[in-house]
Amino acid sequence: MSQTPANPRYTPGTHPDLPPPRRTTGVLGWVRMNLLSSPLNVALTLLSIWLLWTILPPSIHWLFTGAIWTAADRKECWALMDAPRDGACWAFIRGSFELFVYGWYPEPERWRVNLTFVLFIAAIVGGLRENIPGKKYWLIFAAAYPFIAAWLLLGGFGLEPVGTNKLGGILLTLVVAVTGISFSLPLGIALALGRRSNLPALRAVCVIFIEFIRGVPLITLLFVASTMLTYFLPPGSTFDLLMRVLIMVTLFASAYIAEVVRGGLQGLSGGQYEAADALGLSYWKAHRLVILPQALKISIPGIVNTFIGSFKDSTLVLIIGMMDILGLGRARLNDPDWLGLAPELYIFIALFFFISCFAMSRYSLNLEKKLQTGHKS
Amino acid sequence: MNQETTASPVGSRPNESDSKIISIKSMHKWFGDFHVLKDINLEVAKSEKIVICGPSGSGKSTLIRCINRLEEHQQGSIIVDGTELTQDLKNIEIIRSEVGMVFQQFNLFPHLTVLDNVTLAPIWVRKLPRAEAEEQAMQYLERVKIPEQASKYPGQLSGGQQQRVAIARSLCMNPRIMLFDEPTSALDPEMIKEVLDVMIELAESGMTMLVVTHEMGFATAVADRVIFMDEGEIIEEKPPKEFFENPEHDRTKLFLSQILHH
Repeated sequence: MSQTPANPRYTPGTHPDLPPPRRTTGVLGWVRMNLLSSPLNVALTLLSIWLLWTILPPSIHWLFTGAIWTAADRKECWALMDAPRDGACWAFIRGSFELFVYGWYPEPERWRVNLTFVLFIAAIVGGLRENIPGKKYWLIFAAAYPFIAAWLLLGGFGLEPVGTNKLGGILLTLVVAVTGISFSLPLGIALALGRRSNLPALRAVCVIFIEFIRGVPLITLLFVASTMLTYFLPPGSTFDLLMRVLIMVTLFASAYIAEVVRGGLQGLSGGQYEAADALGLSYWKAHRLVILPQALKISIPGIVNTFIGSFKDSTLVLIIGMMDILGLGRARLNDPDWLGLAPELYIFIALFFFISCFAMSRYSLNLEKKLQTGHKS
Repeated sequence: MNQETTASPVGSRPNESDSKIISIKSMHKWFGDFHVLKDINLEVAKSEKIVICGPSGSGKSTLIRCINRLEEHQQGSIIVDGTELTQDLKNIEIIRSEVGMVFQQFNLFPHLTVLDNVTLAPIWVRKLPRAEAEEQAMQYLERVKIPEQASKYPGQLSGGQQQRVAIARSLCMNPRIMLFDEPTSALDPEMIKEVLDVMIELAESGMTMLVVTHEMGFATAVADRVIFMDEGEIIEEKPPKEFFENPEHDRTKLFLSQILHH
């Protein structure tokens, strides 16, 4: 090691912690490192600035400053602009908002939908937040939520009954997605454990189920639900279409969850099973206390990936004629008043899906960070 | 499998051979076609300390893993504390809760704090109230000299500390027998002593111990018998002094010359 005057020699044991060299930290350091580190990087930075400069102002104009927020129909929208199509006609979304959210749910009963939404938020927050007082009751509430929601939405037991064919729009999307997501996790875990079981019959059933469901497109299963299933049911029995669809969506998602969880189970070292066994924990206790908490933690990215996938897959129900937000929006485009406003519609729907999926993604990152105990087994 | 294991000449009464806490008779085990344990006969008295050594692949780990049924034997009988090991799951769970085991790779539960690691089995298997389990856990953590780490996660501890937590975790079940499967082999040299010290202290307290290890100093200090295994057989068993000074078999001599020459 050569010695420079800037680096004085210290006797061993007295070397202080020195600050890092300048220009590697702070804003200037960041710009230098990330934007201007090489000629190619400088060129790319300039290109990006130019692209933003050309794309951003017209986009902002179309989306916000030139957009029309209140109008009775598209003609009025065009009339209010400097030129037709100069801005977005958000009046279309505003005018259809109630339809998009509630579908054909009867107007006097819509408070029930609102209450379902509010309780949904409460169940999510209460069920997922770690340090909330009365955590146990929140968990019970979250577990009971699907049944409360079903009662609120469909009525009976003192509430005006509402047919499932009245559900539509965002309400239907959420019903399909949330049911699929919340029931597929426990079912998927059970299937994953079954696939790794020592009992050959149980293992075979789980493998066949998983491989069959994964090997068939969701649309096929939905067609089975909407048409074929009636052949298999006893004649004269009616089985609600929405219920059939919910079952299919749940089964489909659970097969994927099962494989993700199985990956997590296999990612665990055998030592964890052995240590749990050696302490005298039974199979179920070992899984509940030792194996699953770790396996599920490893599986979080894959599980959330599957959740996001099934949230978006819920739009496929429009193929069998159910009017989720996408189906209902497309139908609305045929309304003579709002003909041709596809960009506004799809931007709105994309925004709805993006916010929902991005929230799930952020939550999973957050959860991974919280569960990080700085160690792999 | 059952017909071989149930017909035990000793029977499964606890009082039959009171001083013998483990009794293994003509036990065989195969991994597939590989005959890994051949005709093992071993009796262990209460409070006896046994060190098992031998070249790698000689079956010594497999032998002690048969004692708490982490491995299943296919012939002969194993009676632990008066209970014969059979397919009966309930018996296996009972024996496992009486037999502590410490692993080479520690195998602490990384998602739980040290205190939760140590109290898990007492709470869920022994059904102790949490407060009582925690009080007892702190006593054992003190005994292995790391009470101050109780709220940390295993990943934040050194290897030696983790292994001591693992020992405390086993002790919290108040086991009658402790099995050690190469407890110091995965440790950095400067941490071996702290673990061996805990094990020596445990030996002095009268615990029945079976230790697979290459720490010959430990064997000399605490073992009542040293067992040498090779290719699935018990070749030689002697008190440590005799074992090291007077090995009988050529294979034992070769092994000792290989591990002691440096």
